[in-house]
Amino acid sequence: MITLQTTFQTLGTAVIVSPVILLAILGLSGLFNRALSEGSISRLTQAAVLFTLLPAIVILFLMLATGIRYVPVELGNWVSIPEQDFHFSLKFAFDRLSIPFAILSCVLCGVVAEFTRRYLHREEGYARFFLFYAVFFCGMVWSSLASTIETLFVGWEMVGLSSALLVAYFHERVNPVRNGQRVWSVYRLSDAAFLTAAITMHHLTGEGDFGGLMSSGVWPEGVAAIEPGQALLVGSLLLIAAAGKSGLFPFSGWLPRAMEGPTPSSAIFYGALSVHLGAYLLLRLSPIVAVSLPLQIMVLTLGIITAGCGAVMSRVQSDVKVSLAYASLTQVGIIVVEIGLGLYYLALIHIIGHACLRTMQLLRAPTIIRDYEDIENQIGTRLEHDEWAGARMLPGTIQRWCYRFGFDRGFMDIALDKYIVGPFVRTMHWCDRQEQRITDWISREQSRESEDIDLHPEEMGRAA
Amino acid sequence: MPEFHFPWIEISILVPLIGAMWVHIHGQRENTTAHAIVCCAATLLLTIGELLDFLFMGTFEAHDHGRLLSWIFNPEFFVVDELSAFLIPLSALIYLVVVMSTLRTKAPRFSLRLALLSETLLLATFSCRSSWALIGLLIAATIPPYLELRQRQRCTRIYVLHMSVFATLLIAGYAWLSLTDSSPSSTLIPGALLTAAALLRAGIFPLHLWMTDLFEKATFGTAILFTTPLAGAYAVMRLVLPIAPSWALQSIAVLSLTTAIYAASMALIQREARRMFCFLLLSQSSLVLVGLELVTPIGLAGALCLWLSVGLSMTGFGITLRCIEARISRVSLIDYHGMYRQMPMMAGFFLLTGLAAIGFPATVGFVGMELLIEGAVDVYPFVGTFVVLAAALCGITVLMAYFRIFTGHANRALIPMNARPTERFAVLMLTLLIVGGGLVPQPGVSSRYHAAKELTNQRVRLLGPTGDGDASHSDDQADSHLEH
Repeated sequence: MITLQTTFQTLGTAVIVSPVILLAILGLSGLFNRALSEGSISRLTQAAVLFTLLPAIVILFLMLATGIRYVPVELGNWVSIPEQDFHFSLKFAFDRLSIPFAILSCVLCGVVAEFTRRYLHREEGYARFFLFYAVFFCGMVWSSLASTIETLFVGWEMVGLSSALLVAYFHERVNPVRNGQRVWSVYRLSDAAFLTAAITMHHLTGEGDFGGLMSSGVWPEGVAAIEPGQALLVGSLLLIAAAGKSGLFPFSGWLPRAMEGPTPSSAIFYGALSVHLGAYLLLRLSPIVAVSLPLQIMVLTLGIITAGCGAVMSRVQSDVKVSLAYASLTQVGIIVVEIGLGLYYLALIHIIGHACLRTMQLLRAPTIIRDYEDIENQIGTRLEHDEWAGARMLPGTIQRWCYRFGFDRGFMDIALDKYIVGPFVRTMHWCDRQEQRITDWISREQSRESEDIDLHPEEMGRAA
Repeated sequence: MPEFHFPWIEISILVPLIGAMWVHIHGQRENTTAHAIVCCAATLLLTIGELLDFLFMGTFEAHDHGRLLSWIFNPEFFVVDELSAFLIPLSALIYLVVVMSTLRTKAPRFSLRLALLSETLLLATFSCRSSWALIGLLIAATIPPYLELRQRQRCTRIYVLHMSVFATLLIAGYAWLSLTDSSPSSTLIPGALLTAAALLRAGIFPLHLWMTDLFEKATFGTAILFTTPLAGAYAVMRLVLPIAPSWALQSIAVLSLTTAIYAASMALIQREARRMFCFLLLSQSSLVLVGLELVTPIGLAGALCLWLSVGLSMTGFGITLRCIEARISRVSLIDYHGMYRQMPMMAGFFLLTGLAAIGFPATVGFVGMELLIEGAVDVYPFVGTFVVLAAALCGITVLMAYFRIFTGHANRALIPMNARPTERFAVLMLTLLIVGGGLVPQPGVSSRYHAAKELTNQRVRLLGPTGDGDASHSDDQADSHLEH
């Protein structure tokens, strides 16, 4: 006889495994140079989304019907060293937070996949897009449902990689590639904070299990089983990770750059899901935030600054996608404020509503001029564009400064380049020069052959 | 000590030696590369046989069947233990894929004879324990790259200077050690000399200049073969680990960590692909050393896992770069080359191996990196987190190199640059190992942890439970300490 437990386990496994199967099929076809047709890729993607979404919905109904609020799904230890108490468990959990977010991910991924089927029809990079999309989808589902911080990290990394590669999707142009590199750099450094937080949490609690960390109750009633000082340490690191992933202050500089990717990926990443992943992390670990008042203040402050900066920046952009991205950032900032205030359900509802709206807006962005023309034709007059009344109340100098602040995207990239990247590069170049001087001196000749190489040996007629 | 059922080690050492002689006698012909590939493949199969035999025996160490060379060497001359059992097939695999990915047009520059000779020396090194023979082999292994540099008429001063110091320190340190008793005070100076020698061979900052110079002046294949098996780390394991007190090793770990961060930072600003690869490899190999020098079972297990993953992934990364170099000559990283259209498979493999090298989830490096960070944070709660920083910087470098080489430029060259069948085979073989090891890491981790535990156990027997050289405790006490 099939018990409820078995049903949950089977359905849960289907939710988790379906995206992995999609990734495996698309990855192997690329690896063995067996190109799939556009139709096959599209059908496979639709099937994977469906086999993820439907079991998740069934689980939700079963949970509502039975009143069960927490369904763990364990796929065993990926790796373990029992003597050292080291284990990497593939644990997932379906609860009031993860189920809505997982279903949201499936719905929006499904919509975007269907949109992309036509949008990128006969594009050279069609298969490449869907391969990265599969990495992203898998990462989102795993991140949403992860019950241990290590599993969450796996999903988190997959989302980051696919994000950077999709920003650089139009890879024959320099700008998308540069921007993809920028996005990846910010992600790597914030991921370093995430990994450090995971290890710190391991050391503090002996395990990375969220259930173990929240000593009592399931989300959102759990209470963190750590001291306020420890919560501040772990929470601060996680806040950096969340800020990097969601483009919160001071990492917002990568967000407009990410719009270089094709519209479907911009919609799914920076309008809908990826940009909310940081907020989701804070929600998932909200009991830690609740333990420490300084941490709560930090979260609130970060949210307020981000929302304010986003609001100013979104108003002065000349590109619709970038403007929408900053508008998204404003809302994410408000969501972070809600988390800081302990309004967890409100934050979750805000995420869902905002993600759906932004996806729709970004997917319509390429045809926005036509949409406006249609509306104007139907109403028979030009649409009125109201200026923001609040700006008129400000003195002229502040208005101008705000304009510059918004136009230069909060000076964040400039500050990052000037105070972090610049000194770092200069220092390392200095070290490099010193190395060269030493090797030249020992060799008693010019020691670096690499100084004289051609810049573009691959140009036509010059390849070996 | 148990004995293998077949003289795997001796034959696997002899096959490349015979191959080297064969290539030398027959000279450079059209099918020389094919002969060398057969030779390397046979060696790999023999080393896999040795590994399987060893695993089925379920022992910590075993000596060779010893029928062929017993008239020269002591029967227990060639000994394989849990440390070297995996390193020997790994080395054979590295040689095979490098030889397989050598284009025929480039064969005259890359000496197959010297490559096969150095394979013989490397396999013999990994089959030897601490002894004068090991010292001799470590020194002898430095000669083939020197010969190549001479053949290519490149300046050898930097290489010769460093390797001479390496050889001198090794000989002096081991001679001194042989003359003293095993008390901690008497092993301190010879231990320091051996440590300096091993760190020099491993390229630890500021003794790494020979590595960048070798990558500049030798063929890329030779440089890869000389550096990716991490013979310096092996020297640390065999010569330093059994005698050095824990405090000394853990202090050296900080030096290795500094090198890891320095090399990762330097990799980011390099203007040429080979130098970038060299610093990336240096950063990764330094992380392996960090784990080895932590002398905790978990750190050691992480380092041993990472050793295998660095060997696989960095070799893959290197041969991809070498394949590109073979087609378009040396690759500048100042600008974008847009090679994706010409070689999509190589682009994918480049990215995969690069990600494996930085410990990306679901690749072979992931669990090793996790264990290493765990071990580092255990010993140095604050400093240990710098391992994460080094990995992050390496990650940025990998994607930067990918973007610079394969994207950012509409390359319309009509010359076919697809991977050749042997290159494709080499790439697929490594890919399967990298992904397979990442998806099913448990067997590898269990085996490496067991090896780490046994090595720690041996150290405790020699130096006492605290690792400070107080060996007055009995074996039972040592075991109970480990279990605790």
